[in-house]
Formats: sequence, structure tokens, C-alpha cells
Amino acid sequence: MPKLTIDGMEVTVEPGTSIIQAAEQLGIEIPRFCYHDKLSVPANCRMCLVEVEKSPKPVASCAMPCADGMNVFTKSAIAQKARNGVMEMLLVNHPLDCPICDQAGECDLQDQAVAYGFDRSRYNEEKRAVKDKELGPLVKTVMTRCIQCTRCVRFGEEIAGVNELGVIGRGEHLEIGTYVEQMATSELSGNLIDVCPVGALTSKPYAFTARPWELRRTESIDVLDAVGSNIRIDARGGEVLRILPRLNEDVNEEWISDKTRFAVDGLKNQRLDMPYVRHHGKLQPATWQLAFDAIAENIKGKKIGAIVGDLADCESIIALKDLMKALGSLNLECRQDAAQFDTSQPAGYLFNTTIAGIEKADAILLVGTNPRTEAALVNARIRKTWLANRIKIGVIGPQMDLNYPVKHLGAGPETLEELLNGKGAFADVLSKAKNPMIILGAGALKRADGMAIQALARKVAEKYNMVRDGWNGFNMLHIAASRVGALALGFVEGTPETWSKVNALYLLGADEIPIDKIDAKAFVIYQGHHGDKAAARADVILPGAAYTEKNATYVNLEGRPQTARQAVFPPLDAREDWKILRALSEVLGKTLSYDTLAQVRERLVKENALFGAIGVVQPAKWTSFGKEGKCDKSPFVLPVNNFYMTDPITRASKTMAECTAAFVMSPKKKAVAHG
Amino acid sequence: MKKAEAHIAKYPKGKQASAVMPLLDLAQTQHDGWIPEAAMEEIGRILDMPRIKVFEVATFYTMYNLQPKGEHHLQLCTTTPCWLSGSAEVVKACEKHLGIKMGETTADGLFSMSDVECLGACVNAPVIQHNGDDLYEDLTPKNVIEVLDGLKSGKKPKHGSQTGRTTSMGVKGATCLHELAEKAGVKKC
Ligand code: SF4
Ligand code: FES
Ligand code: FES
Repeated sequence: MPKLTIDGMEVTVEPGTSIIQAAEQLGIEIPRFCYHDKLSVPANCRMCLVEVEKSPKPVASCAMPCADGMNVFTKSAIAQKARNGVMEMLLVNHPLDCPICDQAGECDLQDQAVAYGFDRSRYNEEKRAVKDKELGPLVKTVMTRCIQCTRCVRFGEEIAGVNELGVIGRGEHLEIGTYVEQMATSELSGNLIDVCPVGALTSKPYAFTARPWELRRTESIDVLDAVGSNIRIDARGGEVLRILPRLNEDVNEEWISDKTRFAVDGLKNQRLDMPYVRHHGKLQPATWQLAFDAIAENIKGKKIGAIVGDLADCESIIALKDLMKALGSLNLECRQDAAQFDTSQPAGYLFNTTIAGIEKADAILLVGTNPRTEAALVNARIRKTWLANRIKIGVIGPQMDLNYPVKHLGAGPETLEELLNGKGAFADVLSKAKNPMIILGAGALKRADGMAIQALARKVAEKYNMVRDGWNGFNMLHIAASRVGALALGFVEGTPETWSKVNALYLLGADEIPIDKIDAKAFVIYQGHHGDKAAARADVILPGAAYTEKNATYVNLEGRPQTARQAVFPPLDAREDWKILRALSEVLGKTLSYDTLAQVRERLVKENALFGAIGVVQPAKWTSFGKEGKCDKSPFVLPVNNFYMTDPITRASKTMAECTAAFVMSPKKKAVAHG
Repeated sequence: MKKAEAHIAKYPKGKQASAVMPLLDLAQTQHDGWIPEAAMEEIGRILDMPRIKVFEVATFYTMYNLQPKGEHHLQLCTTTPCWLSGSAEVVKACEKHLGIKMGETTADGLFSMSDVECLGACVNAPVIQHNGDDLYEDLTPKNVIEVLDGLKSGKKPKHGSQTGRTTSMGVKGATCLHELAEKAGVKKC
């Protein structure tokens, strides 16, 4: 292992480590533009030049591997002078328009120009201008600001899996462009904004909204899919202005999906900000007391059921469960999509391999799922793994557009049965694989024979040695952020359909159930933050808080509990959800035993120990689950048709509506003619 | 397609994308001296590479024309040695004489101008390449007009140096080596 000296400090590194990485280990920061630790290294910006003893010229530290005995100076006069020169060249064609640039205040070029730039320009010739590109409704371009670092091109190729951006022309005329003119059609395109070190690629919906130094930052968790991406919420006053990714190598690395990033405007529209009670068939504004009284009066003596929606947090789920139990309810459900599977064994409903674990897989079988639309970052991991090792990926389900090559094996359960009998080419692939995995999606479970399919998938996993010491390749891919948490808290009682028979129904943000199936005479309580489908049916509405407005726990699809933090207050009369339930319980004479958030969390841990270790996945014990039986022949149907609209928040978002129009409605690959 | 396959066969399997340059060239010669978008798309398909990658290559090399060019395609070198020897004035003279700007084609379709990087003939700078082939060298704002008029009249002027130099012999004729040779006792030829 090479041992070298950087700025007088000794360090030993893995062979193949570059100087820039070694310096990072020592906490020495070397300026850079083109280097990005998740992308390949082109070494084309030259900002990272350092002095290396016995080397005649300064060296690009991002591309130079460490060698034994190297003596590197990152702050010497030579390094400084080299960087000054690079900076001057970079600024030759840069418009220096920081006052009207959204990147200002968080721009690498701006920061590094302060450190290495000249205080005036010696360039008296004409600057060049580059035509802006049309990349669709999310990414705004000001291409004259581009410094040709090619990070965006590499991101498209290596992470997003869309080869749409490229380096066009050469020399003075070199620019970043698309093939003719084309939109960025990736569900990860928003990350281009973060990847671009300057203001060439910025957020279109967020354009000219705020300066970074005006924002209050809150570290939180995304809930618009079940991945639980780590995010940073930037707010000003009472308004959430934007959402950025936060690094978590185990979950989302440093990316987030476009839905996570751009649905924020949905938090402002269609909000429920005060309680409502239905009088003579019409919903009318009410006080909390009136709303609670109406509930107390109307549920008396009734058979009550409760459904947990996709965005519900664990604190409110446990509060709802405790209250329902106190009321003697036998109808609890968290699977709005009526997916049928065995909920008694965690190993049967978790993503056991873990997201980071995907990278160790060498063969993947996707069953009834399109990870690209259901969990974009799980998909990014699969692609990453494919890119690194060209692993084999098989699909059972409908044909779909994935950004890695797959082998389509069949459409329904019988293909899975064949596989169990060792038939087909993919059986060979699986039996030869060292770490095979299976991913079972809602498309395979949202049907009457879901239990049997789950059992079938388990047997396939067992047959191909997918589960053994140190490796568990059985995975279920959930779509809802609340799902695993609710399952862990045992929020299932009765069968998925029985709620249609109760005569009082408590909906905790449940909007995706078939509303028309609710008994016409049933008394419906809706607690949630958006006036979406279910609120219109409700008899009483209790305004709750969205995920940016509460301190709450969510468990992601791996079974990893994570904490979302409050960035802003809920609007007007709306309140944090568990508190609403706590207050209601008192009016109903079934007072819940907790008064503070800490006490609720204690209750969570008592219900399931996994809540005791925030951020950690506890491997589930492998047991038998599912119910063997006959499977129907019908093909699997995917649960998500429109990636951009899956829940009340995204349905209320204008940006998501624009994306739907641009990417889903019109044929995806259609190029937009421009100029 | 046969020719294309012959090119592809030169590269190891899986590295077929390497054939992109000969294929672009093939498309250009087969298509009136320029490469239409459809051809690039087709090349991308044949070589199984994203079309943007084909586009990148095609736009990098000035030898690939992505638009139809006039009968006489003038490729004017503007790289440093040519520029130091006055290429800017030559460009200006051409633009004035033909009434078009760099990158344009005359209305009668006779002349196109494009700027290119070093043509490897810097010793006789400034230099213009005609239809991707012959070089006119040692140009001045004056003699370049003669070249243009010659081309226009249909009589192709002699290529090479326009100041009468033999290849890249020094401007004063063959000198130093001569004297040296004499000194060394070589007989005058
Ligand atoms: S647009 Fe941004 S990321 Fe892309 S090359 Fe230019 S500066 Fe780099
Ligand atoms: S960071 Fe090393 S050359 Fe760009
Ligand atoms: S610089 Fe013009 S030919 Fe080399």
C-alpha cells in the first residue's frame, strides 16, 4: 500500500487511490470542477493541480494515483500559481453574471474564484456566447456559464442511464448539447443541477426564488416513495422552497429522484388548514372541538375500521392503532392497494438485501415491478451494479423501459413456476450466480393470489440458494413510505377488503383506496393534509401535517427507521398527526397514554424493537411465509403508471403536472424541435 | 453496408464503436460530401452506440460536413501559426470578395467557407484547403482573390504555394543548405 506525504502529513492509502482522495482522507481540500467522487475521472478542468516533488510540471491530482514515497504540496507557490492560471482561463469565456445567477452563493466557480481568481480581467477580446438548451420543465440552462467540466454528460451516461447530453464541437466552439434538441428524459434529471458546479444547469421551478443565504436548512427524510431518501429541506419563513439530497451511502448515495426534489410546490396547494364537518350534506368549516364532538357522536356503537395512507408516519400510526384497539376495532389496514401478502414475517415483506447490498448481486430477477418508476434510487443502484459488473437481469411482468438491458422471461406467475422447476435459460443464470436476488413488486401481489405468489417467490429464492448466511436475496419492493412502518407496527387486522363493510371509517391520509367501495352510509373521518380524493367523501375532516411539518419516524423498504424533522409549521389550524389522535382520544374517553413525542417513541420501541435503532437495518430472520396455493394465469399489472403523480402531494404539484404532460402524456422519446 | 461491415470487422468484437469514423467518412462520400442526421442515426444503430456519441465525433472533426457545402468548399485554417502569418486578413478578404461569412455558402452554391484547425502545413501559412484535398498556401489578401477567381472561372489554379515557393523551401530560395553543401565539397547541381 503506497505511503506518501501530503503537505508534510504522512498517509497510507489503498493502491489506486488518487492524490485528491488521499488528501481528502487527511482533511485537505483540493479545489476541483470536473472531478466528482461518484463519476468517472476525465481530468479536463485542471483546477486540481498540485505540486509533486521531482515532477517537472504541476500534476492533476484527481487523475494521478498515489505512489510510494510521493511528496505532494497542495498549497505551495507553484500549485497556487497553476490554479491562478487555470482560473483565469476558465473565466475568459464566463459571463460573470453572478448577480442574476441562481447559483450565486453556492457556486463552486464563485467560491474558487475568490480563492484563486485575479481581481481584474486581462482579456479584452470578445467573449463567446452559447445558445441555451431546452431540457424540459425541470432543468433550466444558461449555457454561456458552462465551463465544460462534462460532469453532466458523465452523470447522464453513468448514473441516470440516459445518453442524451454530449460534448459537441471543439476548441472555441465546444459546447454541451443534446442530439439535435431533446429533453432530459430521466427520473433523476434534477441531480444535474447539483452536479453542475456552476450556474449553467439550475432548477427551473425554483428560478429566481431565493438566495441560498436566506434559507433555513432542515435535515429530513423523503416520503414520496418507500426508499426514504435523505434530504435537506430549505425553507424561508413558513414556506418550503426546495429540497436537495443529503448524502447517505446506504440509501440514496447523493442523488434524489425528480419527484422527491420537485414536488414541493404541491405542499402549498389544496391544503386542509382547518377542521370541517358535514352539515346537511355539505362540508363546513368547524372548530376542533366541534369536529371531535361530531366524531364522538357519530361513531357511537358503530363498527369502526381504519386505513393508513401512504404518507403516514409511525407516530400517528401507533396512536391510531392504540385508539382503534381501545374502540374495539377489528379492521385495520395499511395496504391501500389491496396487495395480498403474508405480513407476519418481516423477512417476507422487507427488502432484505438492502439497497447498498444490491451492489454485491450478480443476477437479479424482477417480478411484477418496474423499479424505475416505483423506486428510482433502487433502480439507480441496479444500474450501477450492472454498469460495474454487467450482471444478468431477468424480468417477469409487462415489457418496460429500463435503463439497463434485461431479459424478458414472461408475463405472469407461470413463468415463476417454470423457474422453480428449473426450466428456461434464466434458471441456468440463477443457479450459476453467487449472489442472486429476487425483487417482488406490488404488481405481483395486488391480486387475489398474492399470498401464493409470495410463497412461490420464497421457494424460488430457496431453490436458487438466495438465502444463506451473510446473504439474503429475497426482496419485496414497496412503493409507500408508510408501508413497512405500519407493517412493523402490526397495522393489519382483517382482510384487505373488509373495510368496505364497516359503518365508520377512519382514514389517515388514505386517498388511494377505491372511494366508491366505502359503504354509502358509513361515517367517514379523514385526517390528512391535502384535500384530495378521500376528503371529498369525508363527514369530518381533521387537518394534519405534511412530512415537512412534523417530527416523525418513517421506516423505509429495507426496514430502516429514519427521522423526518420539522422544517416549517403546518398551515393555520392544522396540527401534527399523533397530537390530533391524542386529543381525539380524550374526547372519546379513551385517552392515550402518551403526552410527548418522547413518550410516543417509547411506545414505538415497545411495539417493535426496530424503532430503537434509528438509521439501522436489522436483518430479518428467515422463516417460512406466504401460503402455497394455485396461482392465477393472468399477467402481472404494474402499479405505477405515472411516476410523477402517486400521492396527494404530487397530485397537487404544478411541476409534477408539467412533467406528466411532457414525459408521460406525449411519447417519451419525442424530440422537441427548437430553433 | 458491405463496406461498413469491412470497417467494423477491423475492430475486436464489442469494440465496434471504434468504426464510427470510417463509417462517417463513408456516409459523407456517399452523400454528396455531407452527412445528414439520418445517416448519423443509422450509424448509431449499426454500431449500437447512442446517437449523441456519433454526433460528438461528427462535430469534433471539421472534416465532417453536417450541412451541404458549395461546389468549392474552402477550409480556412485559423490556428495560431496561420493566424500569426495573417490568416485573419485572408479570411476577411474572402468574406468580402464572396459576400458571405465564415460558415456560410454563397447564394449560387459555388463557394462555402469554414474555419478549421491546423492543417499541418504551417510552414507555408496561411493555408486554405480546397474540397478537403488540395492546399493553397502562402496566401495574402491579394493572391487569395486570384485563387478564388480562378476557381470560379472553372480553371483550377495550381495548388501549393501562391508566392512561387517550391514546397516549403525558405522564402529566399534554397540557401543555407546549398552553402553548407558547397562548403562540404558537394558539387553544384
Ligand atoms: S453544464 Fe455544468 S456540469 Fe455540464 S459541463 Fe457545463 S459546467 Fe459542467
Ligand atoms: S478536478 Fe482534476 S482536472 Fe478537474
Ligand atoms: S496553423 Fe494553419 S496549417 Fe498549421
